[in-house]
Amino acid sequence: MLERYLILSVILFCIGLYGALSRRNIIAVLICTELMLNGVNVALVAFSRYTTPAFMRLTPVDTSDAAKVLDGQAFAVFVVVVAAAEVALGLALIIALVRSRNTTDITEINLMRN
Amino acid sequence: MDNLFQEIIFWSLFAVVVAGALLVVGQRDMFRSALALIVTFLGVAGIFAQMNAEFLAVAQVLIYVGAVSVLVIFAVMFTKDLAHAPRSTNLQPVVIVAVGLLFIALCWAIFQSQWNEMPSNVPPYLENVFVDSTAQLGSAIIGDYVMAFEAVGVLLLAAVIGALALVRDK
Repeated sequence: MLERYLILSVILFCIGLYGALSRRNIIAVLICTELMLNGVNVALVAFSRYTTPAFMRLTPVDTSDAAKVLDGQAFAVFVVVVAAAEVALGLALIIALVRSRNTTDITEINLMRN
Repeated sequence: MDNLFQEIIFWSLFAVVVAGALLVVGQRDMFRSALALIVTFLGVAGIFAQMNAEFLAVAQVLIYVGAVSVLVIFAVMFTKDLAHAPRSTNLQPVVIVAVGLLFIALCWAIFQSQWNEMPSNVPPYLENVFVDSTAQLGSAIIGDYVMAFEAVGVLLLAAVIGALALVRDK
């Protein structure tokens, strides 16, 4: 079961990577970065759900430690929050940049100033 | 029968997510890319819900579909008049080859690795964790990951201050 979710994560990541590297519109690059982050989140949650954590394999387990199984989900929550903050500010910067250069084509935005 | 239902749900969500992702990178029109992104996010939320990550599924819908996608659509609408370029850069063949090789390498690594898979009948204390994963996730975030939680709060503060600094009048 784990392999299916990992394959889904890899497909999302690779499609996002392809889009981020080969699209010309600057907002499309940001969108494809979001796809990559979603792929990583799927992998994190799949690992937390379908693998046995090391602390359970190596030592006898106290049942109060059971919440540590959800490490991957906690990590994914933080990834979602950071991605949301990044997109908000990134889009503000992109709109300011596009307004000043009058183009959304990343191959034309190749100097640090006009 | 229950397993068949789970299989159907998983493969339907898989198809939705992959189709959405392909539409995101394959569409020339930016607005349609943004809509396909919404479909992909909803599919991924379904995948999370199927893996007993209900809080994350709802957070995905609220944050990604509800906020990030709306911001992206706003940005697309603000820059719509200026977008006249062809869809792909000149590096597209190189990127296809490189990403294809990466995909093959990752798939090989996935199928070669010995994952310590959790048995299908999970032990009883773990079953409680997966049934009530939201409460356990809350305990984990406030307990083990409180430093990351506080750091993310500071990050959001910095993001809000940065956004204000971008838009203020001199």
